[in-house]
Amino acid sequence: MKYVNQPIRKSDAMALVTGKPVYTDDLAPKDCLIVKILRSPHANAWIEDIKTGTAASVGGVACVFTYKDVPQKRFTLAGQTYPELSPYDRLILDRHLRFVGDAVAIVAGETEAAVDKALKRIKVKYRVEEPVLDIHKAKDNEILVHPEDNWIANVPVGADNHRNLCASHSEEHGDVEKLLSECKYTVDHVYHTKANQQAMMETFRSYCFKDHFGRLNVVSSTQIPFHVRRILGNALDIPSSRIRVIKPRIGGGFGAKQTAVSDVYPAFVTWKTGRPSKLVYSRYESQICSSPRHEMEIRVRAGADENGIVRVLDMYSLSNTGAYGEHGPTTVGLSGHKSIPLYRHLEAYRFTYDVVYTNVQAAGAYRGYGATQGIFAVESAVDELAAKMGMDPVKIRELNLPLEGGPLPGYPDSPYATSCAIDQCMARAKEMMNWDAKYPCRDMGNGKVRGVGASLAMQGSSIAGVDVGGADLKLNEDGSYTLGLGCTDMGTGCDTIMAQIAADCLETQMDNIVVFGVDTDISPYDSGSYASATTYTTGMAVVQACEALRQKICALGAKMLDTEPEKVDFDGTYVSSEDRRVSLKEIAIKGTCGNNQELQVTRTHSSPISPPPFMVGMAEVEIDKETGSVKVIDYVAVVDCGTPINPNLARVQTEGGIVQGIGMALSEDIQYSDKGAIRNNSFMQYKIPTRMDIGDIRVDFRCSYEQSGPFGAKSVGELVIDTPCPAIANAVYNAVGVRVRKLPITPEKIAMGILEKEAGEVPERN
Amino acid sequence: MNISFWLNGVCIRGEAEPDTLLLDFLREKGCYSVKRGCETANCGLCTVLMDGKPVLSCSVLAVRAEGRRIITLEGMQKEAEEFGSFLADEGAEQCGFCNPGFIMNVFAMLNEMDEPTEEQIREYLAGNLCRCSGFVGQTRSILKFLQYKKAQKEAGQV
Repeated sequence: MKYVNQPIRKSDAMALVTGKPVYTDDLAPKDCLIVKILRSPHANAWIEDIKTGTAASVGGVACVFTYKDVPQKRFTLAGQTYPELSPYDRLILDRHLRFVGDAVAIVAGETEAAVDKALKRIKVKYRVEEPVLDIHKAKDNEILVHPEDNWIANVPVGADNHRNLCASHSEEHGDVEKLLSECKYTVDHVYHTKANQQAMMETFRSYCFKDHFGRLNVVSSTQIPFHVRRILGNALDIPSSRIRVIKPRIGGGFGAKQTAVSDVYPAFVTWKTGRPSKLVYSRYESQICSSPRHEMEIRVRAGADENGIVRVLDMYSLSNTGAYGEHGPTTVGLSGHKSIPLYRHLEAYRFTYDVVYTNVQAAGAYRGYGATQGIFAVESAVDELAAKMGMDPVKIRELNLPLEGGPLPGYPDSPYATSCAIDQCMARAKEMMNWDAKYPCRDMGNGKVRGVGASLAMQGSSIAGVDVGGADLKLNEDGSYTLGLGCTDMGTGCDTIMAQIAADCLETQMDNIVVFGVDTDISPYDSGSYASATTYTTGMAVVQACEALRQKICALGAKMLDTEPEKVDFDGTYVSSEDRRVSLKEIAIKGTCGNNQELQVTRTHSSPISPPPFMVGMAEVEIDKETGSVKVIDYVAVVDCGTPINPNLARVQTEGGIVQGIGMALSEDIQYSDKGAIRNNSFMQYKIPTRMDIGDIRVDFRCSYEQSGPFGAKSVGELVIDTPCPAIANAVYNAVGVRVRKLPITPEKIAMGILEKEAGEVPERN
Repeated sequence: MNISFWLNGVCIRGEAEPDTLLLDFLREKGCYSVKRGCETANCGLCTVLMDGKPVLSCSVLAVRAEGRRIITLEGMQKEAEEFGSFLADEGAEQCGFCNPGFIMNVFAMLNEMDEPTEEQIREYLAGNLCRCSGFVGQTRSILKFLQYKKAQKEAGQV
């Protein structure tokens, strides 16, 4: 192997570091109409009357659209394989406004100033109604977020719009109550995570134009070009064949762009007016009306015997999908399916959930996709269990963690661990953190105390039996290859990773491979880049495409050598038979002259299993006992992602995921006014980590080999955000004895907890 | 209003409204490396040099550039390639969207400090957000770049 498992520089790196115009807004035509949206000031309201005449008459304004102008068929913005599990509950514009920030009207004009002026001139009379804002009161509330009759759930997921339910389900194995009553040690607590924003640096954006066939061309900063094509077909109520979606370089996604958050508006404008248009979301819009993480409240009941064997887990996840159901029925599933299997001795487990509609910003996909929430709950609960038993929290995990070949309870997508080195990850993390010396805490003698905490994590690699990766490979006349992809590099480096895989499979140089993607007219079908699928699924499609093309090259080479294909060898440069040989270049040229055998293949791959990558995260925090101020001074992560195809990129993914997780754990809060408006609507109030907010982050790998993945690879992208919340919460507890169960873990919560503890109260910060 | 200033070493003239931001004006003039990541002067993506000092072009009116020397990454391509290759070798450029503003501020830092410590690097660049890399790879790349520059300098002295 020459490229796989090497720290290869990304193929597009130099364009990015020199600031080349490669992103959506850099490429948009200069005569684009500027599209903006008028947004609802109310959490639950109906448009009684809307006057747009004076707005439309502003000089330079091309169009003003309201709910009266749009198709009346409901759709979802969720980027998922059809039939989507997310309900069809949206219109482009609706008379019923369901959260503060919901779209009231679309304005497009030649200049931003004209559009801004027109927005102010739209006169709306609202009938304001009481909103549902409390997730505990949403289910079966008399106020309905979606009272309409044309609301559709394509798949039975326990949804009922007349109960404010986006999904509901329960699954059980063994007798949970009996085991809980038998266990010597049990805990029963509720954990709460917020609707965090992905906060990728490039906000949502797309531009649209009609081509000479009258088709709608959409250039979008998206993770899901093929799904966007279908979503826009549904939304505009036109055949998807009329739509072409192109993905340029993307300025980050983290799942946010697995929902077609903003594409429908410029698409509708261009479809209606025939004029090119673009919409660039402001950071304010990205904070208040996009697709953040699902807020979840998770009750965990856990039981262990006197030896520290965790025998039973019972989880109830209450997930808040907000005003619309994008990814609602699916994210919640991971809260149980990616946390329960971390305990291999479970004799019984139960996982129950409700996903409720409320009148706040709709949630969506965010790195971790429910697993982050579930792992925070379970990994906190297991620490609480260990504390009750007086057992080292690392010890309880060592006794229970998954082993290669062993069971993964409650994980239908791979009932046993086909590849797993989490035991080695734990041993290495312990060593790197010097856990035995540092656990539980050290008083630094200056009013500060340092504590350590640990967490396990797992994710999947693709959606088993659903996700599809595609690779289109052809040999060009000059002996170079073109690799067409449908997966979406959003900075993660998958274009480079696929080229590394192809170069090794074809025994050629990486710069002999041109990578192309994504254009839905040309690229092979691919579900898109999400669900930790790309390297694992599309990577396999690339491997298979290379094998198939090698056979074709051999066949043509053999013909040129007047022999049989099975009698030749191909070493990447020559096809040889005994002492005669023909070069790849000669074969490539032969392919263009008097040839009846195409030197091009397309391969599609889908995996029936979703083998989990695993990791162990350990945090060392320093807390000021006076103020409660907390800082992560050291973070250790040891990851088993199978073979890292590109160790540099796997490392940076890990470092980036951990810092995002630290933000979620410590500073990224979402607060609402009593009317349901989000207070944290800019980077002033929504504090993502700066480089001053983090300490050391040290990453290492302990790699298993996954037979079903390309060169033994599994996923890494999502897994790495899962450990900081529980590891930091556990470290805070080990430092000062305060258990924070509601994120973020603010100095205020810690300081109050310390005071309560000193006063002899039970220190619990919910 | 008519304004004129030095943009990447070339004197340019243009028309700007009184409320036109330098960020938008520069993009109009083809400097697409200058990005907007927020509206609250928090992200650092729009950092450019004004008379050698780093400014957030989202918080400077275009008319304030009158007669000044503005440098964007388009004007420092050679330097960008040189430092950027260190960033790329860490895989820390990632999505790339924050790179131009970050790199401009790295250059500003190196104008002020020959050998900044890791702590000084973190402080100086605190206003440059990055959501992909977790910052660690960025710091590694700067430290390695400084080593390389130092070795180059020493080799020159020998």
